[in-house]
Amino acid sequence: MASINELIERIHADSSEEIVTEYLEKIEKSKLNAFITVAKESALLRAKEIDSQGHDGPLAGIPIAIKDNISTKGIATTCASKILTGYIPPYDAHVIEKLKEAGAIIIGKANMDEFAMGSSTETSFYGPTLNPWDTTRVPGGSSGGSAAAVAGGEAPLSLGSDTGGSVRCPASFCGVVGLKPTYGVISRYGLISYANSLEQIGPFATSVRDVATLFDVISGHDPRDSTSVDRETNYSSALINDVKGLKIGVPEEYFAEGTDKNVEKSVRDAINTLEELGATSVEVKMPHTKYALSAYYVIAMSEASSNLARFDGMRYGLRTEDSDWHTTFSQVRAAGFGDEVKRRILLGTYALSAGYHDKYYLKALKIRTLIKQDFERAFRDADVLIAPTMPYPAFKLGEKIDDPISLYLADVDTVPINLAGVPSISLPCGFSGGLPIGMQVIGKHFDEAAILRTAFAFEENTDFHTRQPEGS
Amino acid sequence: MITKKDLEHIGWLSRLELSEEDREKYTPKLNSVLDYFGELDKADTGGVEPSYHVMPMSNVFREDVPIASLSQEEALSNAPKNQDGFIKAPRMM
Repeated sequence: MASINELIERIHADSSEEIVTEYLEKIEKSKLNAFITVAKESALLRAKEIDSQGHDGPLAGIPIAIKDNISTKGIATTCASKILTGYIPPYDAHVIEKLKEAGAIIIGKANMDEFAMGSSTETSFYGPTLNPWDTTRVPGGSSGGSAAAVAGGEAPLSLGSDTGGSVRCPASFCGVVGLKPTYGVISRYGLISYANSLEQIGPFATSVRDVATLFDVISGHDPRDSTSVDRETNYSSALINDVKGLKIGVPEEYFAEGTDKNVEKSVRDAINTLEELGATSVEVKMPHTKYALSAYYVIAMSEASSNLARFDGMRYGLRTEDSDWHTTFSQVRAAGFGDEVKRRILLGTYALSAGYHDKYYLKALKIRTLIKQDFERAFRDADVLIAPTMPYPAFKLGEKIDDPISLYLADVDTVPINLAGVPSISLPCGFSGGLPIGMQVIGKHFDEAAILRTAFAFEENTDFHTRQPEGS
Repeated sequence: MITKKDLEHIGWLSRLELSEEDREKYTPKLNSVLDYFGELDKADTGGVEPSYHVMPMSNVFREDVPIASLSQEEALSNAPKNQDGFIKAPRMM
């Protein structure tokens, strides 16, 4: 699997067109269903332009896959939903503008759970994506296409979005590196909202270095997102192979019952490895973790019920036969949304409705405050926290999809991070029965430098990230 | 506990037409999720302020100067029904 630096060398020696053609051929032959749309013509056109005119951007001529909930001008953007059939955005998301400035080439739009609601990429209207390590298993979700494309060698880089773990979960299940930044670091302009107080766009790659390079390109202030923060950053400079004196917090609540023994062992071994390199570890208490999953789902569904009100068949997407005003909207939405999206809209509407608002929504927001305080306390004793990303390796296709609760439970270690808005990076730290295991390194608000440095040092001293699925 | 009758009302509030079969199918699943949310009651949140957002954010203002936006043609390019430069909506009644 080629790194950004190797690809740049090859582009200089050969051409971007050759590289892009190779990836396109790989996608065409693939059975993973990682892409909803392949932007073959525009990608080749742009590659030729870069070859003939030159480009001095940090990603000049390098292909990238984009999760299909990020708006790309002129390229269909579906959110993996029937309701956005035929929608072609007339503008680019902020991150897409940044990628284009850097010379990156959009090779296609990656498959996902419908409207990013899921942890397995099985709720896509366009069919599930398969895990490159075992095609009878899910790639994780909701950014499953983005992770599978990188793990399967169909794109060297990709973007996903993480509302409750949707970058870290598929990174863990597919054995790649994925970062959920601090809330506000990457502009959400052009990201089609699911639960906007929780979600961030995040980069995927096969190494921490490439994730940092991509993160440097797409982060930064954007006045079109009122929650975007204005800070000078250079994440690549944080990549130092040295963890001497680093204090690692280990939240025992993240190793709770239900955590696979091999997952627990791999993550604890990883902490030992970092200790051998000069870090120290301390147990930290995060007593409200057990309420995080319920609080997360109440908030996410409530926000979703409001955000998804815009899909009414008027301005874009599916339109059914006209009847009166309310009936038309109700029918468009009934025909366009899948079951999981409908369930979340219904529950979110219920949680916000008169008589239930305080019991569910307000209660969840108060628990969110307690979770935030858990993190603040933990970071008094530690520079970073390390925990499993997922409680187990990738599960079988169809195993959990009919039981919402069992699927939601998979997110138990990822959702607290979004409730608190802190950054977290998932990277490979072991294998179990041939399936990758991921650990997450969690940082203080805006301290991406500490988690990138920790992840980089681990990667430099281990070789889990170099293993590849067969055929990739 | 949501009944099939409640679901009809929630469906209306959500502008989601639900068939009899849908209501049959969704009711037990929605109730199993609500049962799980019952966990929330166990948390002591006395005197705790809600966090609508993770960052201490206040209103963000900009200068009131016009900037370029989509043309009418671009803005209408995805509307399934449009006429004379307008989006065509279904009748009100």
